[in-house]
Amino acid sequence: MLFRGIEVKGKKNTAQSETLELPLPEQVRIMMEQTMGAPCEPTVKKGDKVLVGQRIGQTNAVLSAPVHSSVSGEVVGISEILLANGKTCKAVDIKCDGLQTVSDEVAPPVISSREEFIEAIRASGCCGLGGAGFPTHVKLSAAKNKKIDYLVLNGAECEPYITSDHREMLENAEGVISGAKSVMKYLDIDKCVIGIEGNKPDAIEKMQALTENEPDITVKRLRCEYPQGAEKVISYFCTGRVVREGEFPADKGIIVLNVSTAGFIDSFLKTGMPLIKRRLTVDGSAVRTPCNIRTVIGTPLKSILEFADCKTDVVWKLLVGGPMMGLCTYDADYPLIKTANALLAFTEPVRDKKYIEAHRQTACIRCARCISACSMGLMPTELEKAYDKKDKARLTGLKVNLCMNCGACSYVCPARRDLAAKNQLAKALVLEK
Amino acid sequence: MEKLTVTASPHERGDVSTAKIMTDVIIALIPALLASGLIFGGRALMLVGFCMISAMGLERLCNLVMKRESSISDLSAAVTGMLLAFNLPVTISYFKAFLGVFVAIVITKQLFGGLGHNFANPAIVGRIVLMVSFPAAMTNWAVPFYDPKAIETGATPLVTGYESYRSLFLGNVGGCLGETCKAALLLGALYLIAKRVINPAAPLAFIATVFCFSALTGRDGLYQILSGGLILGAFFMATDYVTTPITTPGKLIFGIGCGVITCVIRFYASYPEGVSFSILIMNIATPLIDMATIKRSRIAKYESARESEEA
Repeated sequence: MLFRGIEVKGKKNTAQSETLELPLPEQVRIMMEQTMGAPCEPTVKKGDKVLVGQRIGQTNAVLSAPVHSSVSGEVVGISEILLANGKTCKAVDIKCDGLQTVSDEVAPPVISSREEFIEAIRASGCCGLGGAGFPTHVKLSAAKNKKIDYLVLNGAECEPYITSDHREMLENAEGVISGAKSVMKYLDIDKCVIGIEGNKPDAIEKMQALTENEPDITVKRLRCEYPQGAEKVISYFCTGRVVREGEFPADKGIIVLNVSTAGFIDSFLKTGMPLIKRRLTVDGSAVRTPCNIRTVIGTPLKSILEFADCKTDVVWKLLVGGPMMGLCTYDADYPLIKTANALLAFTEPVRDKKYIEAHRQTACIRCARCISACSMGLMPTELEKAYDKKDKARLTGLKVNLCMNCGACSYVCPARRDLAAKNQLAKALVLEK
Repeated sequence: MEKLTVTASPHERGDVSTAKIMTDVIIALIPALLASGLIFGGRALMLVGFCMISAMGLERLCNLVMKRESSISDLSAAVTGMLLAFNLPVTISYFKAFLGVFVAIVITKQLFGGLGHNFANPAIVGRIVLMVSFPAAMTNWAVPFYDPKAIETGATPLVTGYESYRSLFLGNVGGCLGETCKAALLLGALYLIAKRVINPAAPLAFIATVFCFSALTGRDGLYQILSGGLILGAFFMATDYVTTPITTPGKLIFGIGCGVITCVIRFYASYPEGVSFSILIMNIATPLIDMATIKRSRIAKYESARESEEA
């Protein structure tokens, strides 16, 4: 078997929680770097009045997507935010007037060709809603010069806790299918496979019922294995094609879109409203009422936590994303960005003897669990040794760049070694001249 | 929420730990321990207990002398003590057993850096040092169900060569105290395989090689498998994580090497049993096997194929 994964505890506490609308916050802060790629430059200044859907951040870089105002109100300032990765990023602070007046710019796009479709998707500010945040139009433009024959809709959602894609498939199933059909139509893709992990039987059933009369769309039930939703892994299980190191799925004739992204594309084509809202799962040990909520981009994380009745005074770790790949946030005033599919707040674990014993890092016992856990077939323990010796040639030889930081190796390590983190350092080391 | 903790992902860890793995190994050895108590009497149990306690004591002492954190809670020392005791004849003196534990824990394990850094299986080295130092005491095999007042001794089935398969399988033969009852050992091995603690590649390759080698040289393969310490060595010592290769092909090479060396020693050398020597020799070859069998993922294989095409 080519790709295997590991078993992680699902903890999908919110799978049956209908999405709730978060009340409009008083003020939003919209970051200019929402997606992977180049940051935008603000096109508004302090004192400007903005409307819902109005473009407020723009860039000419290809690997980027514009940013829109998610509320109507007044720009009260442009600030600099320190990101978790140490970079700074500009952000537009908007005081909401509560009216949510929609801008004139918002109108259903008129599309007659493939190029216009891709341009419209770019203008919508759309990016992958599954977490990594790759600008969608860049993915789609691969279809300009290559024949794409598979559209894979990623509904694996293999991370623990997160159920936002699951809810999308239940609450907006028609939208997901119709979004997929639009992509297939404009990009001339023949087949679509919707990959869903077996732990979401209701979503599989619903999707199957809706695609019964669609010979080109099939629903694929995937094994519950982490990281089933990783691009290379789901491409393989849905189409049987292997995406190599340094390649995109498009190089193999595949485009992978998250189900929520497909759902958004549909609503954008119908209404013209850019990406200003998203659904996310709020959960974690500090959250009293785990739930799925939909809110505007730029909402302070604090108000989301308060809405979910979080014990804010005892939060110890705040994660944007899932527990396997999510990023820690150091500040609860940090705003919501487009890629955040979950917000998890955890209380500090009791550091009793048992906990310390269970989390103490010890020497590698060469049990090879990390090797069988790696779905890319890497040898994390050997990579760690090579990194400790700063042996770039060996790191390249062991294909460290295939590591997607899924964290499976660290998860299974009985010696609690930080293998995944070491791989990220190793990838940076290999890039150094 | 003034101070939030920031760490690298993943933020959750599985619940397998070194101590849990070692606990599983101990659980897997319990049927064989009970069998040895039945076959060789209370002294067998006393000896196992003595070896386990002295192994943990010596481990702690080393930690204190070397100013390291205590490592007895990972239970690896307990497993080493237990395995070493399983490899001793029931008649051995406590002093000699202690010497074996000392060689295993202090010299083979702690002086090389503790768990994860030892080049050879500590219990194997302990047994071999005892075997070359006290050959008489180490081959003084008590007859099963002996009378404690007047211990009768006899040769192992490897020397006699006429025991029935049934007594070999149930352990009604002379030998080291933990190695005779194959039924109990196999039960423990199945438990470890089912719990995915051990990879069956090395033991199966080991046993299959012994069977084939014996059959090819005109001997009874099944008899060779069921006698001596082969089952104990294959499932509990040739599967030691630290001292065996990390990839499945490597484990297969390891098992085949062990099988060949075992047979060569059993059939053509002056020692009756070669399992421990074969495992020690293959332990030493492990870094070389690892170098030769670095795993390439299928993706990585495509990659290197493409690179060589381009070059």
